[in-house]
Amino acid sequence: MRRIISVLMENESGALSRVVGLFAQRGYNIDTLTVAPTEDPSLSRMTLVTHGNERVIEQITKQLNKLIEVVKLVDLTEGSHVERELLLIKVRATGAQREEVKRTVDIFRGQIVDVMPNAYTIQLTGTSDKLDAFIESVINATTIMEVVRSGVSGIARGEKTLAL
Amino acid sequence: MSNSDTSPELLSGGELLMRSLQEEGVEHIYGYPGGAVLHIYDALYRQDKIKHILVRHEQAATHMADAYARATGKAGVVLLTSGPGATNGVTGIATAHMDSIPMVVLTGQVMSWLIGDDAFQETDMLGISRPVVKHSMTVRDPMDIPIIIKKAFHIAQTGRPGPVLVDIPKDMTAPNGQFPFEYPDKIKMRSYNPVQRGHSGQIKKAVAELLQAKKPIIYAGGGVILGRASGELTELAKMLNFPVTNTLMGLGGYPATDRQSVGMLGMHGSYEANMAMHNADCILAVGARFDDRVTNAASKFCPHAKIIQIDIDPSSISKNVNVDIPIVGPVRSVLKEMIGMVQQSEANERANIDLWWKDITSWRGRNASAYRTDDSLLLKPQAVVEKLWELTNGDAYITSDVGQHQMFAAQYYKFDKPNRWINSGGLGTMGFGLPAAMGVKLNFPDSEVVCITGEGSIQMNIQELSTCKQYDLPVKILTLNNGYLGMVKQWQDLNYESRYSNIYLDSLPDFVKLAEAYGHVGIRIEKPSDLDGGLREALALKDRLVFLDVLVEPTEHVYPMQVPNGSMCDMLLSKTERT
Ligand SMILES: Cc1ncc(C[n+]2csc(CCOP(=O)(O)OP(=O)(O)O)c2C)c(N)n1
Ligand SMILES: [Mg+2]
Repeated sequence: MRRIISVLMENESGALSRVVGLFAQRGYNIDTLTVAPTEDPSLSRMTLVTHGNERVIEQITKQLNKLIEVVKLVDLTEGSHVERELLLIKVRATGAQREEVKRTVDIFRGQIVDVMPNAYTIQLTGTSDKLDAFIESVINATTIMEVVRSGVSGIARGEKTLAL
Repeated sequence: MSNSDTSPELLSGGELLMRSLQEEGVEHIYGYPGGAVLHIYDALYRQDKIKHILVRHEQAATHMADAYARATGKAGVVLLTSGPGATNGVTGIATAHMDSIPMVVLTGQVMSWLIGDDAFQETDMLGISRPVVKHSMTVRDPMDIPIIIKKAFHIAQTGRPGPVLVDIPKDMTAPNGQFPFEYPDKIKMRSYNPVQRGHSGQIKKAVAELLQAKKPIIYAGGGVILGRASGELTELAKMLNFPVTNTLMGLGGYPATDRQSVGMLGMHGSYEANMAMHNADCILAVGARFDDRVTNAASKFCPHAKIIQIDIDPSSISKNVNVDIPIVGPVRSVLKEMIGMVQQSEANERANIDLWWKDITSWRGRNASAYRTDDSLLLKPQAVVEKLWELTNGDAYITSDVGQHQMFAAQYYKFDKPNRWINSGGLGTMGFGLPAAMGVKLNFPDSEVVCITGEGSIQMNIQELSTCKQYDLPVKILTLNNGYLGMVKQWQDLNYESRYSNIYLDSLPDFVKLAEAYGHVGIRIEKPSDLDGGLREALALKDRLVFLDVLVEPTEHVYPMQVPNGSMCDMLLSKTERT
């Protein structure tokens, strides 16, 4: 089961290493992890994508909650939510490839953010599935030089919030 | 607040630390000095409320503080220098962490501007200790020392207790500092709020289940001791007339000599306890965590039972075994609520459990814990523990190490009171016993404190005999000397066709002479006829440390012993019998 866990925690040095250490120590999986301060600089918001069976997911949320710096957390996958990931990708683009790559970017509603004589840098946001699909498409059109993905950020739909 | 005039005193960081510890009521610090903590040791010298105990190895300091906490419920305090001093303490921190023991560990660190440069005696202590602490903090501004110490004690002692480490760069405690001292009365942390009481709806559901159970049992763990709930546990068990089994960590939480006690459960639990667990239709788990040394194969654990679990830590619930009625809360307040509900119930709401007691009585009748005394001229280790129990009226503080001797101590010393049995259950740390006994004796000088150990374990911290001399700690060391790493040998006997790989300690010191060399008394007991006299002689030497080197049967095994991957009731009962 893929799960998106969103964590509100004290913005203190050491807090992140405790989360990462917990996953390593107990053998849980981290698929992606993003973290940054919120509008209140004393708090950080982390989005963690993991997978495991029900018992493991339950332990993950309980063990995270046990960390002293964790203020609150929510399993976003339990309700409807918005998830986004950012992809930056540098691809070869020469001759006829340039048009074809550009077309693929347009279809996926991406943007070319840097243009070189024989390469493009493309930016794309969306769900992880969409980014996967895009990468599969450009692979057919050209050669990938470099891929950078931000990992997932998520937020619940509707009035629900994860805040103090 | 200690000072009444309006402007707070100005103190150095080292003084802030001492004053904060004084405000917490700390009487003893266990530690060992070194470069990074010299300012702190100077501040310690220039005050007289807190006494420092200088051990001979930092591991011993952590075990002393840990045992103080186990006996009193209050956090023990450790002070170690950076680098090797701090790393020497890691085993003790991990030991406390596994058994949820409150402890505050202060470690020195190199000057803050040198951190990260591989400076002399620099170690990333926050990193090294992270998996074995409840929390850790670092001091970045001397002014924060009081609040950090307040937080450290608060976190260590509330909720599910545990060790908290505070790393202190040397410049934070420099003597020329001038910082205001104000110690906070209370502390509120938005990210740390342990549960104060259990959910009443869940408790009600649990009580209804308990009253209807035909084959109930109470399975009580270390949480009962930590949560100071043995009074409530005993009251509830008596009202319901339920059998009670204790875990290794829970011994003393329910009086072992009481009729309703079926003894310890688990790998080396009693026959009747494991049989009763396996056949129960309802289990009330109180502050117990379904450890693998208790459940045996989790998939075969207690197939007929509804399980109710009370625990302060939500992550303990349904971790290893699925629980039907979870109750998250302090065991004491939850038990109190249960007692109230049971009191209000009508007699006709309660199931009759006479038949269940009949079963239990018949399991007891098998007398599986009897050991054979006839076939050997050597002392049986079990007999030694039983004799000690008799001569100390079952009222001593018993610390232990790890091995067969630990299991014999747990099985044959019947603890009627909580906080008397002090052993490393979760981590199983050899070397724990002697420093633990010292930590208890220091704080309970009028009580009998006995360390039941093995000739293997005692040598892991034997240097502390010197500390015992310096601080006059007349503990009794009862070494069940079987000449082997007995527990390892037992596993090699049972699982490796007696291929004894690296277990024979054939270069043992003369423990009697060794004790004498440290300025103590040594007594050797070699045959059954010397036991009573030797033990009495040792116990009569009230103000001397006595090292009893008791030669015991080297081939003895600990039974019962659960069969690996079996259910609770799959047990070996002796070298020839199996359930
Ligand atoms: C620090 C440490 N190292 C190794 C072990 C593994 N171990 C468990 S019991 C045991 C043997 C202990 O021997 P002894 O103290 O003589 O006790 P006995 O079993 O003979 O009573 C060993 C090596 C341990 N528990 N702790
Ligand atoms: Mg031995």
